[in-house]
Amino acid sequence: MEFLNSIFIAPFIDMGSAPDFLLQVVWEGFVSGVLYALIALGFVLIYKASGVFNFAQGIMVVFSALALVSIHKAGAPAWLAVILTLVIMALLAVTIERVVLRKLVNQHDAILLMATIGLTLVIKGVGELVFGGEPQSMITEELGIPTGSTVWEVFDGIVIFQHIDIAAAVIALLMVAGLGVFFSVTRIGRALRAVADDHQAALSVGISLNQIWAIVWFASGVVALVTGIMWGARSDVSFALEIIALKALAVLILGGFTSIPGAIVGGLIVGIGEKLFEVYWGPLFGGGVEAWFAYVLALIFLLFRPQGLFGERIIERV
Amino acid sequence: MTASIAKADQVGAEPASLLLDANNVSLSFGGVKAITDISFDIHKGEIRALIGPNGAGKTSMLNVINGFYHPQEGTITYKGKVRRRMKPYQAASSGIARTFQNVALFKGMSTLDNVMSGRSLKMRKGLFWQMLHVGPARAEEIANRKKVEEIIDFLEIAHIRKQPVGKLPYGLQKRVELGRAMAMEPELLLLDEPMAGMNLEEKEDMSRFIIDLNKEFGTTIALIEHDMGVVMDLADRVVVLDYGKKIADGTPAVVQADQAVIDAYLGVAH
Amino acid sequence: MFYREAGQFKTSYSADQALLPIKQDRIGLALILVTAFVLIPMFGTSFFLSSIMIPFLVFALAAVGLNILTGFAGQLSLGTGAFMGVGAYSCYKLTTYFPDVNIIILIMASGIFSALIGVVFGLPSLRIKGLYLAITTLAAQFFLEWCFNRIGWLYNDNPSGAIEVPQRLLFGVPITGPEAIPEVRYLVILTIVAVMTLLAANVLRGRIGRSWMMIRDMDIAAELMGIRPLRAKLSAFAFSSYYCGVAGALMVFCWIGSAEVETFDINHSFLILFMVIIGGLGSLTGCFMGAAFIWVLPVLIRSVPSALGIDMLAATTEHINNIVIGCLIIFFLIVEPHGLARLWQIGKEKLRNWPYPYAN
Repeated sequence: MEFLNSIFIAPFIDMGSAPDFLLQVVWEGFVSGVLYALIALGFVLIYKASGVFNFAQGIMVVFSALALVSIHKAGAPAWLAVILTLVIMALLAVTIERVVLRKLVNQHDAILLMATIGLTLVIKGVGELVFGGEPQSMITEELGIPTGSTVWEVFDGIVIFQHIDIAAAVIALLMVAGLGVFFSVTRIGRALRAVADDHQAALSVGISLNQIWAIVWFASGVVALVTGIMWGARSDVSFALEIIALKALAVLILGGFTSIPGAIVGGLIVGIGEKLFEVYWGPLFGGGVEAWFAYVLALIFLLFRPQGLFGERIIERV
Repeated sequence: MTASIAKADQVGAEPASLLLDANNVSLSFGGVKAITDISFDIHKGEIRALIGPNGAGKTSMLNVINGFYHPQEGTITYKGKVRRRMKPYQAASSGIARTFQNVALFKGMSTLDNVMSGRSLKMRKGLFWQMLHVGPARAEEIANRKKVEEIIDFLEIAHIRKQPVGKLPYGLQKRVELGRAMAMEPELLLLDEPMAGMNLEEKEDMSRFIIDLNKEFGTTIALIEHDMGVVMDLADRVVVLDYGKKIADGTPAVVQADQAVIDAYLGVAH
Repeated sequence: MFYREAGQFKTSYSADQALLPIKQDRIGLALILVTAFVLIPMFGTSFFLSSIMIPFLVFALAAVGLNILTGFAGQLSLGTGAFMGVGAYSCYKLTTYFPDVNIIILIMASGIFSALIGVVFGLPSLRIKGLYLAITTLAAQFFLEWCFNRIGWLYNDNPSGAIEVPQRLLFGVPITGPEAIPEVRYLVILTIVAVMTLLAANVLRGRIGRSWMMIRDMDIAAELMGIRPLRAKLSAFAFSSYYCGVAGALMVFCWIGSAEVETFDINHSFLILFMVIIGGLGSLTGCFMGAAFIWVLPVLIRSVPSALGIDMLAATTEHINNIVIGCLIIFFLIVEPHGLARLWQIGKEKLRNWPYPYAN
């Protein structure tokens, strides 16, 4: 009884008795959820266009953020550093397309996944070699991202909103909207959706797969840079982030591999869910449950809905 | 194969006994009707053909028979027992084997291993003996290898025994797939377009194998085929499907003369 | 020229089904075994044994485990490290509870625990396929890591959070603990790895191994041939995890001597995965090649700068190592997705036909 109570009843009483704290926890979860969603978004872009499950997305976040910081440190003003980093990400996208993807067209999914694992190692090695393995702090102020916080008095208590977090949420929203417009309006966007639908058919009407792939890899490089800036602003930029980025896998499972809204909703579910679980149920297990909550949630979810929240029902054919 | 050879004696005996009976089977996928209210039967020892234009529901029907799809309505009676929800592996152990429209061989394995895989249900020795690979497990492996070699001889694929199947020409792949199904010693063999994409010579070979299989081993065969010449020559009875419905059923001659069948194939002015 | 099978006629199916049907291969294996069991312990230096050969064998065994699951049964796993950890921690607990039982028995028994855990995390594989399954094994990885960290009982509430290997004897000679000499530890590991590899090879060429490959190649067809997918997949998970568990136990007990949670983290899982990819999915020989490659290559890379007289930081060589391995993985996937083992096979094929390049 005692045990059931501590799982099913006590946490909710705690939530009810301190609603301001609950709100704070949800907000914290929301913000980390936005960041998970951004990483997942990078995955989705590439997966939709090329069917490649890009394991390197996490390291691309770290790499772009480190590049930005290092270029700034080398003396470039912040705006120039951003542009140069974008150039680097574009070069990276083109290189990956030329050297890796083009050679692996029509290969099995698992082989492409493993290729991106190899890519992860290369990017990581190059990143550490060039920028050093030490954690760096993000050039938040130089980029004009607001710092400081707003205190909101509510439920006889206070909820603190960091301005960085608000900025992260807003920028994420703008970027998703921007991508949405880009894909639905522009010629490249249309071509991209055609490729996502059917590679061969797209080829046969004269769409260049190579070009599209380079573009989506660059697009997810941009997403990676934004994610890296936001993440770096909240904590340091370091290679430890790579492990956390694996949580985007769980997000993708929830949202489906091909759905942008799915990535966002999934990210928020994971972010908020794991914070609530850690704060209210974590002590029962001795804490640290954030490390596995996302995966176990995704696993349980998969058992009931293998196609994700927004994915189409899979009908197997013989 | 002794059991099935014994049955071969009854082939042609009147009246032929019922092996499988599909009763008012309907199947739909999320609102799309694949099969509507189809009934037909398969007699022991006969060659039964399913024909019809593309998308008529022929493959879906085979999928229902071997338990891959479960019909929303209707029943399948197999060997006198009604089976409504049956898993594919249960169908396999009750004696139903199958080949596929798009060859579904185990691409990473050799011809020999592919045909050996058909013997899976005939092999029982557990992990312990398998690990040591002496005594019973080895004896079992060799006994089954002998059976498999008989099939390899029958299908004239001895020369590609050790080759990985992925690189074989299409016609040979189809033959290996037939061999794999034969290795199961099935009572009912479902062939999904066994001659699709073959040239005349390959078709003749395949027809010969099918007839031999039916006449010598007494295996009951249900086949889907688009080549009408082949169907009319091989089949004892033909069932014709169109848009998921049955439009004709009978001997090749009867079906050929049926107005609905002619309309389905040639089109009709509405 | 020397590698020919001409004149070697097989007169029975059992001869045809032998593990090494070609005489030269059998001679080759015999030479390798003699080298491994006699020459290396006789002439190998202590450094060579404990820093190269022992880790190589441990990793090779873990790679065999992962390859059975991923290469033969087609179920991708990113949780190898955690399954090895289960083996190591269970072995530690077993030595605590049964201090008098022979350590070899305990090491072999500890694999059973990781097999059980493997089955539990393999259960979702019935519904979840391919890449989605990776998430299941990631869940296993992070959940088990958390257990190694938080459940004090697992490491006997040692304040450092680490498990330390007690000394155990075999025939009066210490084989675990700080007193054990490398030669002895090497021979123990070598024997276990050799026997277990042989058993795995036997399973893989029989009915059970075939059922795994059927599921891998075409699960729908396999089911229609009478294979029960759940049984086939779970048996692969159990068998594979057993191997990983034993490898984990050996790693801690006969190689590094102590372990903490970081020993079995996600990077460890990736390391084993790289060995399997580079060695060749679906090849036992490849496991050994991959393990040698991934373990020996860094040693070489580390020694290159000093050989050239360049002063390089340890961290820098580590980064270069990452780049080289990453490039090699991509290179192999592009050129030969079947890894080193296939290159070796192609080489043998060429040798067989030499000097006629196109004879078959």
